[in-house]
Amino acid sequence: MRLLKDALARRAMGLVAALPALLVLLIVAGLFLKSKAILAVEPLSKLLFSSAWHPLKGEFGLLPFITGTVWVTVTALVLAVPVSILAAIYLSEYAPRWVREGAKPVVDLLAGLPSVVYGVWGVILVVPFVGNVLAPLAGVHSSGYSILAGGIVLAIMTFPTIIHVTLEVFASVPQALRDASLSLGATRWETTRHVVLRKGAQGILAASVLGFSRAFGETMAVLMVVGNVPAVPRSLFDAGYPLPALIANNYGEMMSVPSYDAALMTAALVLTLIVLFFNVLARRILVRVERRVR
Amino acid sequence: MNGQTPISIRNLSVFYGDLQVLKDVSLDIPANRITVIIGPSGCGKTTLLKSLNRLLDDTEGVRIRGQVVLDGEDIYAPRTEVTRIRKKMGLLSQRPQVLPMSIYENVAYGPRIHGLRARRDLDRRVEHYLQVAGLWDEVKDRLREPASVLSVGQQQRLCLARGLAVEPEIILGDEPTSALDPQSSQNVERRLAELKRDYTVVVVTHILRQARRVADYLAFLYLGELVEHGPAADVFAAPRDPRTRAYLTGEIS
Repeated sequence: MRLLKDALARRAMGLVAALPALLVLLIVAGLFLKSKAILAVEPLSKLLFSSAWHPLKGEFGLLPFITGTVWVTVTALVLAVPVSILAAIYLSEYAPRWVREGAKPVVDLLAGLPSVVYGVWGVILVVPFVGNVLAPLAGVHSSGYSILAGGIVLAIMTFPTIIHVTLEVFASVPQALRDASLSLGATRWETTRHVVLRKGAQGILAASVLGFSRAFGETMAVLMVVGNVPAVPRSLFDAGYPLPALIANNYGEMMSVPSYDAALMTAALVLTLIVLFFNVLARRILVRVERRVR
Repeated sequence: MNGQTPISIRNLSVFYGDLQVLKDVSLDIPANRITVIIGPSGCGKTTLLKSLNRLLDDTEGVRIRGQVVLDGEDIYAPRTEVTRIRKKMGLLSQRPQVLPMSIYENVAYGPRIHGLRARRDLDRRVEHYLQVAGLWDEVKDRLREPASVLSVGQQQRLCLARGLAVEPEIILGDEPTSALDPQSSQNVERRLAELKRDYTVVVVTHILRQARRVADYLAFLYLGELVEHGPAADVFAAPRDPRTRAYLTGEIS
């Protein structure tokens, strides 16, 4: 009887554990089925690489949205990753304990703020800053609703995640290893650079990827500041229109237009696949880094 | 005994918060000898060792009173540069701590930090100290591999080579064989015995038999207090303090 229970429990828990993986498959499959209506009539290459987005004429080129997503995300990471890592280094290696312990809850609080709050804050502060300060500095005209504004807001949203994970990575580096470097007469910075960062390299990469994944799919805050113009952006000061914003803004409306629904589903599918792709890529990099450093 | 005392500990007290871990310890460490600090776990041995190269500095809430005089210089004096002090001592920790880089880079790391750049000099330095540590023959064909591929015993000898490569005067060992198998332990002990010709060695251990094997000079710490110290043969043969006697006979441990 007890053995039976054991076997039962194992089966049940195994099933539950398999659910998330199954869910990913189901989502991809579902999106694929839903987007078949348009995939059947339009060649995939046209959907992905055409920048003509005229739903009323039945033209559904997703390129502006794909590039919008990539631009905003890359901008955000270029801003967020170095700053987060430096902040984490300071907190972990230099700051006295009370600062570190005080900063952690604040960082976690930032991570938990609803994204619409960041959006509002972005509209009030970041958009005018980009429009009135940065754009004139760069010698261009911009309303402020731009890729850059989206990138900044997104960067600020991803900091806490990256800092949090990076801090944990640093904490996992044994003190004795730091002592080994210090006892050779290395300074704290040398120790951080050559030992702590190297030992934590894969963890930091993982932290960045985690930030990446969040940044890709982030919808609300970006949608509010990025301008939402369906054209391929040519500079950081141009408006953009990322995939999540496209879906959120339009799904459920204009269902009278044929294939619109399917086009949006294709957008969702593309977004999911991009995120999956980067996750897999990151995993492969991790494995390689692991083999090299250990 | 040739009369030199490279390290002289004077009235050293160390506190972690309100807890006093070392109580007014005074000890002269003889040159070119192996000084072994024995005592039960938690009696302050490691703290004493770490206070010698100021590794305690970064510990949260630590207070240090008293002096450690190294080559006539108080290492805790405000103007003393900590990296220069640490360069004078090589540290072997309880578990070997190899740096996350190749075997070669582990040894070259210290010299590089201290400004040795020329490839030829680095190569020579790395080879020399790997030989001194008795590891060269085992690794000479795979210097580029990550140090983590080595066995624990080899890693500890690599750490020894790494510590020696900055050309210190003193070798500190914090229970340096506690993670090793008997054969590797013996290997490390033998290295230390050879090294005392050129270096002053201070080793912390709670293994009495190891102390008997390697110690020239013995110091017994108990609950943060330096109970007794003297030439190892004398202390082993005729301990003066009842607590030392109890520890040596195994009544307390």
